[in-house]
Amino acid sequence: MGLQSFIAERKQSKDILVMAHVVCGYPSFEENLQELEIMAEAGVDLVELQFPFSEPSADGPLFVRANEQSLKSGTTVDQCFEFMKLVSARFPFKVLMMGYYNTAFKMGEAAFVKRVKDAGGVGYILPDLPIEESPELHRLSEEAGIEPIILMTPTTSDKRLAKLGAVSRGLVYVVARKGVTGSKTKMGDDVLALVERCRQHTDVPMGVGFGISSKADIDVLRGHADIAIVGTAALKIWEEGGASGLRNFFAELMA
Amino acid sequence: MDIFDFSEGREGYYGEYGGVFLPEILHATIEELLECFRECKADPKFWQEYVSLLQNYSGRPTPITHLENLSRKLGGAQIYVKRDDLNHTGSHKINNVMGQGLLCQRLGKSKVIAETGAGQHGFATATMAAKFGFECKIYMGAVDVARQRPNVFWMENLGAEVIAVEDGQKTLKDAVNECMRDWVTNMADTHYILGTACGPHPFPEMVSWFQSIIGLEAREQMLKQAGRLPDRVYACVGGGSNAMGIFQGFMNDDNVELIGSEGGGHGVGSYMHSSRLAYDDASVGVAQGYKTYFLQNDEGNMNETHSVAAGLDYIGVNPIFAHLHDQGKVRFEAATDIEVKEALKLTMRTEGLIPALESTHAFVTAIKEAPTMGKDQIILINQSGRGDKDIFTIADALDDAKWKSFIGGKADQYRGENN
Repeated sequence: MGLQSFIAERKQSKDILVMAHVVCGYPSFEENLQELEIMAEAGVDLVELQFPFSEPSADGPLFVRANEQSLKSGTTVDQCFEFMKLVSARFPFKVLMMGYYNTAFKMGEAAFVKRVKDAGGVGYILPDLPIEESPELHRLSEEAGIEPIILMTPTTSDKRLAKLGAVSRGLVYVVARKGVTGSKTKMGDDVLALVERCRQHTDVPMGVGFGISSKADIDVLRGHADIAIVGTAALKIWEEGGASGLRNFFAELMA
Repeated sequence: MDIFDFSEGREGYYGEYGGVFLPEILHATIEELLECFRECKADPKFWQEYVSLLQNYSGRPTPITHLENLSRKLGGAQIYVKRDDLNHTGSHKINNVMGQGLLCQRLGKSKVIAETGAGQHGFATATMAAKFGFECKIYMGAVDVARQRPNVFWMENLGAEVIAVEDGQKTLKDAVNECMRDWVTNMADTHYILGTACGPHPFPEMVSWFQSIIGLEAREQMLKQAGRLPDRVYACVGGGSNAMGIFQGFMNDDNVELIGSEGGGHGVGSYMHSSRLAYDDASVGVAQGYKTYFLQNDEGNMNETHSVAAGLDYIGVNPIFAHLHDQGKVRFEAATDIEVKEALKLTMRTEGLIPALESTHAFVTAIKEAPTMGKDQIILINQSGRGDKDIFTIADALDDAKWKSFIGGKADQYRGENN
């Protein structure tokens, strides 16, 4: 089943879906698996598996450190794909690859698409790859039936949104604010207006991310966005409160 | 040949290198910058204002010096040196910074951020910001902060905030990442003054344009002073801005050979160097907003780099050079840390010149090749910066006992004051 139909199906019984995030190999693959079990229990719908990169320039301090530590402990691309295969077979949520373009570029775009597909991934998010540079990758992805996730942002003009909308598939990642991952965003009318503005340009589901950390944030998005994307907040809880902390966090978040 | 005459749909590309690989959130900012740069480049008044600013503020045109003693000693080609070390703040970095300062005024932005390795670019940016009244933040790897304290001292006293970056290898590349993170947050009122001809388009073209003043002057000066063009031109290459600057003066002169000298660190096979093109360890990749040769592993994660010169200690090379290297238009060599120390001693003793450790890399290659050339041949070296900023590193390298005892005494004195 494709990403968009999966989202449509899940949305029949829920008014908003949740996409979570782990950095592969940080703190360790074993702990990643524990985190993912908790996320699956809580009913998380989608998960981004971040492949660590040495220059994560779109990430905030917590994910920067996670990328760095994961690489330091020896995480490889092969291990990340193996993990993706295991995870996508074991859990009911759908899995996306998240990372930086160099990871895909170095193995070759065709090999990248094949490996994501073979590992059970439904798509990928490469925040430093603009659409101007991705026609070939998008073509390969379409052939393979996986989705390149397009990002729309508060600084994107309507003219540009139209361009982005025309090539978006699966879901659109709406970046709630300027900046890097991990800082607090004031979820309010600005974000909702942005989602509405993005919707003018595409029919694919809208996920909103950057700074979502509580049920209150999700409540604001309910009825406006299709998916709430939770990244840094969950890792922070895991580091501070371990398994029980994370279980409570998702229980509250998705209540 | 105009390397900036892009073909349809390939703007910002030099062969297969360059481009713009940035998060979507910066798209509008980079478009705005590109548009403003295009206006400036098309406006002869902008260039006049730029040149006159550098004349009145930085001491341009910088002279060319004939190194008669060194030429005689080596017994080959006549050696000339372009003295960009005589700029205000001590290096060619001020050229680009003043240009981008003028451009920042046109953009109407009130804050500037910059990365710095050796600290020369940060120092120049802080200087420009003080003069133009911009708020200024400098990102610098914590390792570089530790080894370049004198530049940090000046930046702070010029009113800039210096932020030590503790991520990654804590050097130049990590400072670039941190600038990107600041920029994606504060782009509305902030201009990112990238210090070298790297990064996303239009930075490689823009920085090269501002630095082309070095080559424009040098070509004219050589004709006047030496009576003809040089046979070879040498420049050190970190990101590659000073080399792009001087080489552009001779790009259309087919009889002038252009040689870039990279940071050879501990040498071939050591994996402790910064040679992207002279050694075979780098491969094509995409990072920090552009595509070029990077020192990286098979999975695309960056390797550790090293050079005795902080300003050359960088993973990537400007995309224009990656292309010119493919084309055979520029030859790349490497100078090791040890060779650099020897060349510096020789240059100081025979000519009374103190090139920066970065610039000394160009001297190493020139000094190696000069004896193999005829006495009627001419070479030109770009002395992009002055070496007194490196006094701590150089004193260590020369193991200078009197310096150590002086620093020891100073340290005792400060400790006494603190107690």
